[in-house]
Amino acid sequence: MRDERLIFEKSVEGRTGYSLPPNDVPQVDINALFGEEILRKTELNIPEVSEVDVIRHYTNLSRRNFGVDSGFYPLGSCTMKYNPKINEDIAALDGFAQMHPLQNPISSQGCLEVLYRMDKYLAEILGMERVTLQPAAGAQGEMTGLMIIKAYHMSRNDHKRVKIIVPDSSHGTNPASAAVVGFDVVQIPSDERGLVDINALEAILDDTVAGLMLTNPNTLGLFEEDILKISKMVHACGGLLYYDGANMNAIMGYARPGDMGFDIAHVNLHKTFSTPHGGGGPGAGPIGVSKDLVPFLPVPVVEKKDGYYNLDYDRPLSIGKIKSFYGNFSVIVRAFCYILSMGPQGLKDASGIAVLNANYIRKKLEDLYEIPYNRTCMHEFVLSAVRQAEKGVTALDLAKNLIDKGYHPPTIYFPLIVKEAMMIEPTETESPETLDSFIEAMRELATKAAEEPESLKHAPKTAYVSRLDEVKAARNPILKWSK
Amino acid sequence: MLKTIGAQSIDELFSSIPQELRLNRELELPGPLSEHELRKHVKDIVKDNFDASWNLCFLGAGVYDHIIPSAIKHLVFRQEFYTAYTPYQAEMSQGILQAMFEFQTMITELTGMDAANASLYDGASAVYEAVLLACRHNERKEVLVARSVNPEYRKVLTSVFKYSDIEIKEIDYIMPDKGAKSGTVDMDMLKELISDKTAAVVVQSPNFFGIVEDIKAVSEKAKEVDALLIAVCDPISLGVFESPGKLGADIAVGEAQPLGNPMNFGGPLLGYFAVKKPYIRRMPGRIVGETTDHDGRRGFVLTLQAREQHIRREKATSNICTNQALCALTATIYLSIMGRKGLLDVATQCINKSNYAYQSLLKTGNVAKVFDAPFFREFVVKPAVHPEKLNEELLHDSIIGGYDLSKEYPELEGCWLVAVTEKRSKDEIDFLVNKVDSIIKGGI
Repeated sequence: MRDERLIFEKSVEGRTGYSLPPNDVPQVDINALFGEEILRKTELNIPEVSEVDVIRHYTNLSRRNFGVDSGFYPLGSCTMKYNPKINEDIAALDGFAQMHPLQNPISSQGCLEVLYRMDKYLAEILGMERVTLQPAAGAQGEMTGLMIIKAYHMSRNDHKRVKIIVPDSSHGTNPASAAVVGFDVVQIPSDERGLVDINALEAILDDTVAGLMLTNPNTLGLFEEDILKISKMVHACGGLLYYDGANMNAIMGYARPGDMGFDIAHVNLHKTFSTPHGGGGPGAGPIGVSKDLVPFLPVPVVEKKDGYYNLDYDRPLSIGKIKSFYGNFSVIVRAFCYILSMGPQGLKDASGIAVLNANYIRKKLEDLYEIPYNRTCMHEFVLSAVRQAEKGVTALDLAKNLIDKGYHPPTIYFPLIVKEAMMIEPTETESPETLDSFIEAMRELATKAAEEPESLKHAPKTAYVSRLDEVKAARNPILKWSK
Repeated sequence: MLKTIGAQSIDELFSSIPQELRLNRELELPGPLSEHELRKHVKDIVKDNFDASWNLCFLGAGVYDHIIPSAIKHLVFRQEFYTAYTPYQAEMSQGILQAMFEFQTMITELTGMDAANASLYDGASAVYEAVLLACRHNERKEVLVARSVNPEYRKVLTSVFKYSDIEIKEIDYIMPDKGAKSGTVDMDMLKELISDKTAAVVVQSPNFFGIVEDIKAVSEKAKEVDALLIAVCDPISLGVFESPGKLGADIAVGEAQPLGNPMNFGGPLLGYFAVKKPYIRRMPGRIVGETTDHDGRRGFVLTLQAREQHIRREKATSNICTNQALCALTATIYLSIMGRKGLLDVATQCINKSNYAYQSLLKTGNVAKVFDAPFFREFVVKPAVHPEKLNEELLHDSIIGGYDLSKEYPELEGCWLVAVTEKRSKDEIDFLVNKVDSIIKGGI
């Protein structure tokens, strides 16, 4: 039965579903204690429902959602790999979940050990000196890294460095993070190879450049082959290099940002290190830094002395705190488990197979779809639905039709430099059979787009709702339920 | 597959990486471990943790040990929720979108605001985003922050705005022994510092000392100079206290971890962010809106995306991309299970039990009163033994003691911030009181 009601619309006055121990201490006269004017008089519309009402309501909602466990989810740049279940069990252990962050370190040695070891493991994977696990997500990692860049230049009394360079293919968070930290953003074009245009870069490098932000492989899934040259150029003018690690799943164990000349690198634990995306968070975006930048890391840093872990707050050059406590700890635990389960060869194989899978799909679709930079890609590639769009079938239409075929669509209309972009990232956890069925679905859609384009304009038909009116939602925003 | 691609080996696919950049050794990492080995290995680590399942937790200071209904994990751990990503494809994400819409509604109900976003990283990030919004809105650069606001949040504010032109000024609280309002915002100092340069005033209630602030009075002061009032409020306390919106706040933010989320050693937490109407289009983060589908049925989408970084890039209102969807879902389910009555019950028990603990500690004669204003769930006292020492001793009796305030407030040397939630029984509180008393009498 289709039940469209919100939880509020299921509320029945006086119905309850909660279980609390009795109040076994003397009652306080709240009116007398606080004074009436401070106590709530406004009605509070929190639903009144039973436990089974709640269970059914959210179980039904879950059935209108699609996760990695539901099926193939080739959402480019998001690395929707399988999330191993053991990691969930371990993160939920009382010994982790029921720990208070401000406990005396004597009583939280286990948590501190996980943080300390993750710092070391990620530093090794990234080729960096130390890692802070504090940032809650990639965007916060970027902000932290940019603050470190700022602090570094300031510490050298170099106040003229106001510019951050980003390629036009970069993630939108890059320029947004740079702006938040107070930098001027300078965008540089990509060249005909889809890579950073070296000449354009050369032209803007001067002593006002604070740094360059780069994803490598970039958002086209292509490795920036000139990276060593780029890093030399940026360093020569006194700037630093920031590595956006959203695409780290392509190169684990093959190459390391630190060796490429990057000074700072973030990783998304919810992408590369298999922690679940949670419907949009919580994620985690630790950043690693080179030796010279270690003094600027946020406080606290976990240190180990004589077998005892401690929180070091005494770091005079530190940028301070960018988030409460030590980061998204339970996400970090999951990633810790993932690294231990995989081992060094396992991580390398993950990247190897991720790249194999992406190239396999690319090769099987290149005859029917335009692929603007069609050569061996890394963990993802971008195709362009321009041929289909000529027939009136857009990337959006193709995406909605994939829903009807049981797939989560790829990322669409990104990167901005490719028209009708569809960014496909299969990840290593998919079998050849899954890839083949997806390829088959994409080929069918291409054929249909050519022969009967009109038939693709009305998808999705099998989803809980048909195509939603986003313009209406933005024009007249209804952001909450009202009685 | 390699044949299809036309490559000899997987390694060949990496040929675009210059030779000199290839890592020609194995990563120095442990593993691989099988499931069984991993479980054993981690259990060995976990045994060094004194967690709140076998220790009595009287520590709060921004993260609280509340009762979490069993139903929550059974719903939140439905894979369709937790293995999904941001609902970019609305038609196949109606579950999480509707839940976020319900979350936004509940937050506006609690805070008395016109709209809320789908959550932010934590209370600290919600506070700095609120400050950013205020400064952009009225194009002013000075922000007054009460020193009774959680020190973690103030530290984050300081570091985030260190290199910006936004200036943070702190307002003191009324010191101990300075009358009935001790522990609350020093209104005289506020009056002195506030001016037409003030973009916003940030006040927390209950504040870091657990004391309930007079949001209305602070908001009236802010209004006089057209500054925005940013109220940092605990969502559980809003079951019993009047909403900040009603009391004049323009923006309400805070930490919603207490709504059914485990403490998790401090993360993930759950920042909430709610505003009055004029500021809706300046809100950071994801926002879910109601719309209709092609067939006229109600549905939900991410909306007002023109604010966001994937469209606006450096002109975006914020760089924040993800929210804490799963934690927000947890809070939504928590509030649904508790209901209006349950939330009031939790809040009332927090008041009753913390007051009982407070009175009982004072009665021992070895623990002194510090502030006079009434509190919610958490209070400050001064035991005759230093909190640091006291906490170490209490740990031997499996008690996680309160927060040592001297770390962040040098003038409160020797003061102890104790949290008592609905989870603590009378016996447990008595046990704490007896242990504190005997430790002090033991003369350590």
